[in-house]
Amino acid sequence: MSSTECVTNPVEPFLRTDRMPHIWCPGCGIGTTVNCFARALIESKIDLRSLALVSGIGCTGRVAGYVKLDSFHTTHGRAIPFATGLKLANPKLNVVVYSGDGDLSAIGGNHLIHAARRNIDLKVICVNNLIYAMTGGQTAPTTPDHAITSTSPYGQFEPAFNLPHLVEAAGAVYVARWTTFHVRQLARSMGEAFQKKGFSFIEVISPCPTLYQRRNRLGDGLDTMKYYKEKSKVRHGVPTSETGLTMTGEIIVGKFVDRDRPDYQSLMRSQMVESLGDRYVETMEQPEVVCS
Amino acid sequence: MKADPRGVLTGTHFIDGDHACCEGALAAGARFASGYPITPSTEVVERFAARVPTVGGTFIQMEDELAASITLQGAVWGGAKAFTVTSGPGFSLMMEHIGYAAMTETPCVFVDVQRGGPSTGLPTLPAQADMMQARWGSHGDYEIIALCPNSPQECFDLTIKAFNFAEEFRVPVMFMMDEVVGHMTEKVIIPAADQIEVEPRRHTTKPVAEYLPYHTNGNQVPEMAHAGDGYNFHITGLTHDERGYPNMTPQTQDKLIRRLQSKVRDAADRITLLEEEGIDGADVVVVSYGITSRVAQRAIGLARQKGYKVGKLRLITCWPFPERRIREIAGKTKAFVVPELNLGQMVREVERAANGKARTFAVPHAGGSVHRPEDILKVIVEACQ
Repeated sequence: MSSTECVTNPVEPFLRTDRMPHIWCPGCGIGTTVNCFARALIESKIDLRSLALVSGIGCTGRVAGYVKLDSFHTTHGRAIPFATGLKLANPKLNVVVYSGDGDLSAIGGNHLIHAARRNIDLKVICVNNLIYAMTGGQTAPTTPDHAITSTSPYGQFEPAFNLPHLVEAAGAVYVARWTTFHVRQLARSMGEAFQKKGFSFIEVISPCPTLYQRRNRLGDGLDTMKYYKEKSKVRHGVPTSETGLTMTGEIIVGKFVDRDRPDYQSLMRSQMVESLGDRYVETMEQPEVVCS
Repeated sequence: MKADPRGVLTGTHFIDGDHACCEGALAAGARFASGYPITPSTEVVERFAARVPTVGGTFIQMEDELAASITLQGAVWGGAKAFTVTSGPGFSLMMEHIGYAAMTETPCVFVDVQRGGPSTGLPTLPAQADMMQARWGSHGDYEIIALCPNSPQECFDLTIKAFNFAEEFRVPVMFMMDEVVGHMTEKVIIPAADQIEVEPRRHTTKPVAEYLPYHTNGNQVPEMAHAGDGYNFHITGLTHDERGYPNMTPQTQDKLIRRLQSKVRDAADRITLLEEEGIDGADVVVVSYGITSRVAQRAIGLARQKGYKVGKLRLITCWPFPERRIREIAGKTKAFVVPELNLGQMVREVERAANGKARTFAVPHAGGSVHRPEDILKVIVEACQ
């Protein structure tokens, strides 16, 4: 290779490079997850034209603004219902929800469980940094016991959500968890989720060195990678009741759930055909509203 | 373009306002609704849930109004014409997403069948006390359109109008019914599909390389693309530039917010639909809307029998407020009388537009029932003195 040759990063075509630099802090894991996502798209050869990405609000909510896809930065907590409308209006779309733990499990918690219950065909990627980062490091439903945050200055005492357990109970067909140390496994899981029909949920444990690690004296981004490396235990298929997180303890990672249930649109079609027979007209059969 | 005949139930019907609103939505081309049950509005989506699978669309009952009011917007960006239906407490929960629709210029319709409030209030009884909320309920500066039907026939006709305005101006349109109009059963004539004009989506025809989601090209309303069309566009509720990219500068904010306002205000004369009768030479003009306009009609008749010169101005469009027309009339009449099922909302707008050139008399009523014609008559007589 001559010195004048320029090598393009393989993920670059998936990014809005005109929006760089991004807003994420040094050591933040969100960019790592986006890299894994782009690699999963390359691997799975998914038709990018059919792919739409929906985010809520927060640090991870900004992902929608950086990917070169039809992308929607919605309101706080409501990425899943927006994505539901998008998918139901155009069933040919592959719809990914990409958002944070506070957005998806606190303000959007009700939508998370109901979309899993309905088994809407959505791929949900939840970047869990254990905190509200965009607003300055407040406590989240995922903040581990005793952790210091700006709104739990004496230590968190509320029990935290174990998200894989929650979404499995609510009906998700695919549930996995990785950390931002597990880049290959994460990209593979994302690729697997694209192959599933139904509500898929991937939790990515990700550092927030600026607010979470610093306040809890857990070191910087590199220290967190070492922690993820040393304390993560791969346990595919483990009961999700055993995947709760603590501040410094083991992180159980792996693919916990991979099952099949008819998704919302299959169930709707079956019911309508049974009840209406020939009178049922599927959504895609309507003439397009496209005009001159 | 003409309505898709599959959605049009042509014929003469005896149905209530809620059902007529549903038929209007189907005729207008709505093929998606997301709702959450709430009295006295639920009949709209109950009928839609039964009808829409036979015309190629979807109804989904969401887990709350927060979800319902954003799910429909996802459907719009997926290519559908979409709406939701609610009443007071649900309307309050939807406010953030009315702002999102205004900011992202998502064409859609919010139906509010008004009941007594605040809070749970009077679930089964009428009010018109959400009129200011419809205009100002979401935070920030924005502009919406609001229509007020006064009969089941208008629930059909004006629902089509609401969808057409939504598409033409890319705004959320508030369809402000009330419990009486929603539950009143009357004759509703639904014309043939080829008699119904439907505004198509302002879909871009530009090549991908030339398309900018919020470039307006001199026109105030930008062209839309749908997810899956290949445009790779970005939509955000943040202040954004023509590319749809977040841009946190006062200059971008100023340019965007002023356009969101002016695209509606500059067309206000075309959007503000009014019904007028006997205004020339009137000493007093009664300004009313929705169910109250039908009580006011009786009061005007009684006043005329007594020899008073009374004109009628019915607001079919409440927002944008027809201030130019009120200002014109104010120079020629002594007073406005404004009965409404609240303790004084639209009357403030009448008073503001009249700007001291005519006196303004409120006829407040807290909701729960409609006015007695005599109560309005009494104020008309007082205003004529």
